[in-house]
Amino acid sequence: MSTTAAHCDGCGTPLAGADHARCRARRAATDPPRYCAACGRKLVVQVLPAGWTARCVRCGEAGVAAR
Amino acid sequence: MTVIQSDVLDVARRQVLEGGEGLREEQVLAVLRLPEEALQDALALAHEVRLRWCGPEVEVEGIVSVKTGGCPEDCHFCSQSGRFETPVRAVRLDIGSLVEAARQTAQTGATEFCIVAAVRGPDERLMAQVSEGIEAIRAAVDINIACSLGILTAQQAQELEDMGVHRYNHNLETARSHFAKVVTTHSWEDRWATLQLVREHGMEVCCGAIVGMGETLAQRAELAAQLAALAPDEVPMNFLDPRPGTPLADLPVVEAPDALRAIAAFRLAMPRTVLRFAGGRELTFGDLGARDGVLGGINAIIVGNYLTTLGRDPQEDLDLLDELSMPVKALSETL
Ligand code: SF4
Ligand SMILES: [Zn+2]
Ligand SMILES: [Zn+2]
Repeated sequence: MSTTAAHCDGCGTPLAGADHARCRARRAATDPPRYCAACGRKLVVQVLPAGWTARCVRCGEAGVAAR
Repeated sequence: MTVIQSDVLDVARRQVLEGGEGLREEQVLAVLRLPEEALQDALALAHEVRLRWCGPEVEVEGIVSVKTGGCPEDCHFCSQSGRFETPVRAVRLDIGSLVEAARQTAQTGATEFCIVAAVRGPDERLMAQVSEGIEAIRAAVDINIACSLGILTAQQAQELEDMGVHRYNHNLETARSHFAKVVTTHSWEDRWATLQLVREHGMEVCCGAIVGMGETLAQRAELAAQLAALAPDEVPMNFLDPRPGTPLADLPVVEAPDALRAIAAFRLAMPRTVLRFAGGRELTFGDLGARDGVLGGINAIIVGNYLTTLGRDPQEDLDLLDELSMPVKALSETL
């Protein structure tokens, strides 16, 4: 799991200096994370009927959830 | 023949509810144009039609993507096309996780489990993976297996039939007259041909639509008529979720009253089909969830998550069905 969140996990751009309200809304409503919060790379995401897994090819596992 | 707006529900009561004959294209258009004051009446009639011709049961299904992203096609709504710069990265699901997904789906009481791949059509590797996956699911889980693997050859349709695939999904997505605005790498006719193969090989035909891709109301009515002519066993109704990076990213979300008009109109066009609430309902209906739809002609839902996005908690949907005294269709009723 990444510890430092420098990037938005919805759009991959740096968190600082930009408004990510739409990204947060999408994450809350219908989306798993799409980008690595630590390095900003696109995540490999597998959505399952009752959950999802997300992995960064550089940083490793980026999240698992049972939803 | 023109249909007088205010009369269309009276006509529908006789023609569809009593006679079992679906509305024609111009009648569907009249329903799509009903003023807001008539919407509740349209939904109530669509609900009566559904109860009369399909019964109170609701068919529950789960879906999973076994091959996500990297698709060579250019369907403008799709975040899995490799032609657009979207956040979706290619990934494949292993057989163990596929079986687990089927098990999770069956635990919700679902009778259908659909295996989906983002491809133009299946190659040998995918057919082999699906065959192995189906065998593994059969050994572990009691559920009907459906597939959605794109455009098929006759031989592939035969192979899927031999694997015991119960139902095959291939959406027409939009009206024939609008299709080229949404997809350029294959044609509406290509899709139609696959649907014919599915039927010829004895699998149930599942053919859906995405409402809200810039089509006019007349084209929405055209789509309902084209689906009705196909007479599919199931019609999944999706509402566009404008995905970042796709050509349709900036289209507005379909507003709930328009979505409900579409649901009522599609039910009145196809009184006997399994009409499923599919993707996009979370965005279009928000917290209203499934209630207005299942009281307006819908008799099937996808529970849990979709292919690349997340759905509602299955328990919320199941609680709603319980509250509305709509039994979940049992496996024995589907065979
Ligand atoms: S064929 Fe299917 S997966 Fe591929 S771009 Fe079209 S909708 Fe998406
Ligand atoms: Zn962002
Ligand atoms: Zn990373």
